[in-house]
Amino acid sequence: MSDRNERITLTIDGVEISGESGMTLIEAADAAGIYIPRLCHHPDLPPTGHCRVCTVTVNGGNGAACTRPVADGMVVENDTERLNTLRRNLIEMTFVEGNHYCPECEVSGDCELQAVAYRLGMTAPHYPALNPEREIDGSHPDVFIDRNRCILCGRCVRASALIDGKSIFGYKYRGIHKAVAVVVTDRLGETEIEATDKAVSVCPTQCLRVKRRGFRTPLGSRRFDREPIGIPERE
Amino acid sequence: MVQEQEALIERIVHDLGPDGTHVMDVARAVSKRFGYIPNSAIPTIARHLQLSPVEVRDMITFYGHLSTDPLGTTVVRLCNAVVENMMGAGEVAAAFERETGIRFGETTSDGEISLRYTACMGLSDQAPSALINDVPFTGIHPELVQEIVRGIRAGLNLTTLPGSGVRHNLKKPGEIIFRRSMEHGAAIDKLLGVSREEALEEIKRSGMRGAGGAGFPAGKKWELCKNASGDKHYVICNADEGEPGTFKDRVLLAYNAHQVFEGMTIAAYVVGATEGIVYLRDEYDYLRGHLERVLEERREKGVLGDTIRSYQKFSFDIRIEVGAGSYVVGEESALIESLEGKRAAPRERPPFPVQRGYLSQPTIVSNVETFTSAAAVIERGAEWFRSFGTDKSPGTKLLSVSGDVQQPGVYEIEYGTTIRTVLHLVGARNAQAVQIGGASGRCLSSGGFERRIAFEDVPTGGSFIVFGPGRDVLEYMRQFIEFFAEESCGWCTPCRVGTTLLSRFMDRLVAGEATRGDLDRAIEMCDTIRNASRCGLGITAPNPLLTSLESMPELYERRLSAESYAPQFDLGAELRAGAAAANRPAPQGM
Repeated sequence: MSDRNERITLTIDGVEISGESGMTLIEAADAAGIYIPRLCHHPDLPPTGHCRVCTVTVNGGNGAACTRPVADGMVVENDTERLNTLRRNLIEMTFVEGNHYCPECEVSGDCELQAVAYRLGMTAPHYPALNPEREIDGSHPDVFIDRNRCILCGRCVRASALIDGKSIFGYKYRGIHKAVAVVVTDRLGETEIEATDKAVSVCPTQCLRVKRRGFRTPLGSRRFDREPIGIPERE
Repeated sequence: MVQEQEALIERIVHDLGPDGTHVMDVARAVSKRFGYIPNSAIPTIARHLQLSPVEVRDMITFYGHLSTDPLGTTVVRLCNAVVENMMGAGEVAAAFERETGIRFGETTSDGEISLRYTACMGLSDQAPSALINDVPFTGIHPELVQEIVRGIRAGLNLTTLPGSGVRHNLKKPGEIIFRRSMEHGAAIDKLLGVSREEALEEIKRSGMRGAGGAGFPAGKKWELCKNASGDKHYVICNADEGEPGTFKDRVLLAYNAHQVFEGMTIAAYVVGATEGIVYLRDEYDYLRGHLERVLEERREKGVLGDTIRSYQKFSFDIRIEVGAGSYVVGEESALIESLEGKRAAPRERPPFPVQRGYLSQPTIVSNVETFTSAAAVIERGAEWFRSFGTDKSPGTKLLSVSGDVQQPGVYEIEYGTTIRTVLHLVGARNAQAVQIGGASGRCLSSGGFERRIAFEDVPTGGSFIVFGPGRDVLEYMRQFIEFFAEESCGWCTPCRVGTTLLSRFMDRLVAGEATRGDLDRAIEMCDTIRNASRCGLGITAPNPLLTSLESMPELYERRLSAESYAPQFDLGAELRAGAAAANRPAPQGM
């Protein structure tokens, strides 16, 4: 990557913003106070472009804003009806891929998937539900996995390897069968994971979460019950 | 067994070096010896290659031909791609199930035989086909299956069984790729008389474009790679043709490997590479011995290895790496990931492989056919090359022709040839439709037969499947989309989930259950998949639906349900299941 010191300018939906070479588009937009919807991206982790919710149109072609390096003179479309429809479709696909039933879910109000769905105006998914059978792993004393909510964002994979230095998580299989792997045996209890690990705190849907904290904050007064996800819309 | 595993892994790593890029070699060796890769071997492999166990597991579970579950001593991998199904793979499968007493996906209780399905393995010209352990079987018919299974059970050498072996159906050699006269080293001799820049100019002047289907100008690719800075440059030959219905690289590697390697050597000279790799698909492992012999011959003749043609400043050698069953690995950045010992998930671009490719170094990844043409360009010159084909698509193209034709096989045609001319050439009368470019290509009906094979009209990687009259084309489109859902790497949501949803829609469509509203929603979903997917697999996955809908809308009209709304599930079946579970009588009238 090029050095991070060359000032460049680009436009997002006609608004001129400045950035530095070496930044990604999503970083430049965040710095300028422009919200690009996203799910798998996390500011403390390298981007991987799994969810594609941050898809923008750059100089006429589509790409993920989280992985696209900025360049001087870039013309970016972001908050358009076409792109927001595409993002809503991606969110709906994410919903039907797993088992996400917000009204009965213990992390309702504290879930990035639900929050982005609200922000993009999704009501209910119009794709047929895939109703997969997913496993729950309670073998560890402090941390458990409810795979029903996993959206394959890969944050735990990245955080465990790069920040916790443990490489507990990875992937297995491909296509619709792709899943997060827990070392070799898929039992958290056999790993060195701890409740304080970054891998646990970054999960956007809390399918990986600390035990005995479920309702510490009551429904209705959680993060996204109070305000929508992301940078507030401009008036 | 654990000790034997350990010893085997240690020996291989000792030979290859403790480097994570060798995980495929180690996994293949363990798999060959034990029939599968036991979970207990994963930490050992990881420790020796300085990887984490979860990384090794990730890689192993990705590839179709590697398994962490025990398999039989003999594994029958029957191809169930579209052309094989047209030619009777279904009846062959039934015969295998009858003879072995098990279903596909299972292993006999004595651990002797496993039955598995596999995607197109490059034998559509002699379908139905199967790989039994490493041995290809072709032209299988149900009557043959009994003999094959008996032979397996008797422990006979698989190569002696009926149906084993491959014919290389070269039906029409042309002037560029299958020329018979090219002397070994003839192009290299021309090359060493000119500078790297002059050689590059010749390639650029030829207007040659990549033969994989995307048609990127070869000269431009080479130039970008040559100008990119890095410690080393690499030249990689993509011999992982997995597009359903293609097999031209199989024939090319069997008959003209010298010219392929010559082209790679020329590319190496231009971009400044000393190392080349051929990524050979696992399905073509039976060609490896031949390719190794050709490489050895070239080293002996001084056209490969150190100081090529006694030219002190130019050394270049080629090694062969073998895959393990994946379609998406044919995407250039996925192929590089695979060579680095990882799951074949395509990379985000930019950066492109010419800038940061294998081991983060500038890398050319090109089709087998492209390298072959490059050798011809350097030997005979750009002007000569441009005398073939069209202005925008100079040269010739190899077509792998299969399906309802009299003469399936490989044909070298000039770019610009009409589809009708090809149909005439291969003996296809009254074709209903042609699938050009495989599953990711397009389906054309007779209204499109005057169109030309060329980048400016109908581009193709080379697959040419003919559907004769009476064929249920929509059923094959359904199978193509199912294929994408199975081969999606799963990295990104639109491809992973979208192809599965699209596959479900096609199931309903073919069953006559889809409504017009369902079709409209499916078309909108195609738009999302195409516009949001990370790589070419997702971008092209809706093509079977979209292109056949465009060329043959009447097939859809006939297949749609007359209902304005149809539920996504069978209410009656659900109620009956519920009643059965509760031990109540089944509801009436459902």
